[in-house]
Amino acid sequence: MSQSALAISGVDKFYGPIDRGVHAVQNLTIEIDKGEIVALLGSSGCGKTSTLRMIAGFEEVSRGTISVAGRKVHALPPVKRNVAMAFEGYSLYPPLTVRENMAFALKAAKLRKSDVEAKVASIAKLLEIEDVLERYPSSISGGQQQRASLGRALIRQADLHLLDEPMGQLEPQLRAVLRGRIKHFIKERGLTAILVTHDQTEANALADRIAVMEGGVLQQFDTPDMLKQRPANLFTGTFVGEPPMNVFEAYVGTAADKINLRLPDGLSLDYDKDAFSGSVRDELLKRQRVVIGIRPYAVRRSKDGVPATVSANQWLGDQTHIAADFAGGSLVLVEHDRTRLELGAPINISIDPKNLHVFDQSSGMAISHGMELA
Amino acid sequence: MEHTSLLERILRGIALTLVVIFFMFPIVWILMMSFQTNETILRIPPQLVFKPTLANYTALITGKLTTAAGTLDIAFMRNLWNSVFLSVTSVAVALLLGVPAAYAFARHKFRGSEDIAFTLLSFRFAPALLVLLPLTLYFQKLGLANTYIGLIWVYQLICLPLILWIVRGYFEDIPADIEYAYRIAGHSWFATFRKIALPLAGPGIAAAGLLAFIFAWNNFVFALVLASADKQPVTVGALAFITSSGIQYGQISAAIVLSITPTLALALYAQRYLVEGLSLGAVKG
Repeated sequence: MSQSALAISGVDKFYGPIDRGVHAVQNLTIEIDKGEIVALLGSSGCGKTSTLRMIAGFEEVSRGTISVAGRKVHALPPVKRNVAMAFEGYSLYPPLTVRENMAFALKAAKLRKSDVEAKVASIAKLLEIEDVLERYPSSISGGQQQRASLGRALIRQADLHLLDEPMGQLEPQLRAVLRGRIKHFIKERGLTAILVTHDQTEANALADRIAVMEGGVLQQFDTPDMLKQRPANLFTGTFVGEPPMNVFEAYVGTAADKINLRLPDGLSLDYDKDAFSGSVRDELLKRQRVVIGIRPYAVRRSKDGVPATVSANQWLGDQTHIAADFAGGSLVLVEHDRTRLELGAPINISIDPKNLHVFDQSSGMAISHGMELA
Repeated sequence: MEHTSLLERILRGIALTLVVIFFMFPIVWILMMSFQTNETILRIPPQLVFKPTLANYTALITGKLTTAAGTLDIAFMRNLWNSVFLSVTSVAVALLLGVPAAYAFARHKFRGSEDIAFTLLSFRFAPALLVLLPLTLYFQKLGLANTYIGLIWVYQLICLPLILWIVRGYFEDIPADIEYAYRIAGHSWFATFRKIALPLAGPGIAAAGLLAFIFAWNNFVFALVLASADKQPVTVGALAFITSSGIQYGQISAAIVLSITPTLALALYAQRYLVEGLSLGAVKG
């Protein structure tokens, strides 16, 4: 029988009295399979770190249950949960060297000395901190401390590895290299890891699935691809993806065999009724107002498109970001060639219906993605 | 390398010398007085050259004070022992109670924790003399007056708040995540307190203990009221040198030298230890 590595069920976290304090995590339910890497992604204060700390046992669970490898752990002290954690603030033991810091938990677990040394050596090689093993935490750089802290967590054989912003302090090149290595390391050993991050590149690169959180509420829990292609709501749509999705409010109208999405400034996106499936069409026509979203990569310039005015034009070395005043707001489009456009130049843009995300105007929930129902 | 001109170094040397002379003068003078008789001490003008005598120390150690009016028994060595015993025991008790309490106040915010901590601090606000009269009456009823236990108990008013508040600050400065890291690596709460929190707060605990010791050692008024001759510390015992035939400056000086020696030695020893500990504890959050 396959058991989930982690099952969080109906968990609430209040800081202060239950039901009256700050509701940091709201009715969270998540299940993670063994061997999976999951990222908790969100901005500061979204509840991702609180969630991690509840799993570790540093924060009490106000309501609900947490099971690790089939054992209910939410009432157990951290020592009995068999989870490992890398802390955002490193939290290395100051009187111990990097080597001792890393070997520490293994010694507590009564491993043989030769095994401990072999493990420390291999992890140190993986994280490129072999040269600072004999140094004390106070005498090494922040990035080295962070890797030592990560090493201290990865070296353990735990049911669950919790990584809180594990690479925030590293230089970009090293970060890119280590992401690959760490993912390989975790997968090779069949470890289960939960990673808290606000960096979506990191989440995309490392995680099998990403849990997007905002305001203490889980917005969507899905693979990186699905988050991009089928965002469940307006929040995920605009939060995931770089540059962010363009969104506009639109009135839904029909004329002859067309569906018009009427934007401010008298602009209108007109599509053949047949471009949408029957159910999507029905859902659209049920509503007067919707919010439409288009990813910057999906916006095209075309002669017979809707007019817009260029307000910024940046070449990033491998792609051009063009910002344009459009429909009373601003629209960003990305082109892979080096495009040179004068500021104030008129352009015409078009949006393929298969790239159109439509959200409910009041609830923000997705109605359709392209031609399919959400 | 520091770049300092010769002039700068000379001026600095002079300034340091002046400061040292200013602060060391009373102690050096007392040390000199302790090797003189009352007659040479009271000579006018005072003289730096004298024939040293150990008579003062002999008198203190044998407990026989010979004055013009005759021989007087003094219990100085007993007083010194009382001081050591009372201070050491009081600080030990205060550390035993105060350090875990400080940890609790630093790490666990519970209802009323701030109020309790503040109440404990407020013991330091009350003028000792105001507390003493009712305390004496209670102690007499309870049979605690003139007992070591009673004195040590009252000394907690001095030691406990000091230790509690200083050590609490040190515990709060330790990032909680270091303790969490230790706990998640497979250690109990108590092991974490012992192996992580205590060593990291070590310098603070030592400093607080030292301060509490000095305060306890220097206490006068509690012991004056609550202790009779055989329980008195040196601070109270020194009154015995004001005799009917005059003030025994020589013996007083010798007594001062003997009674500051333990605190001075402790401070000098702990100072080295404290500086070491504080610079080692470069704990980053």
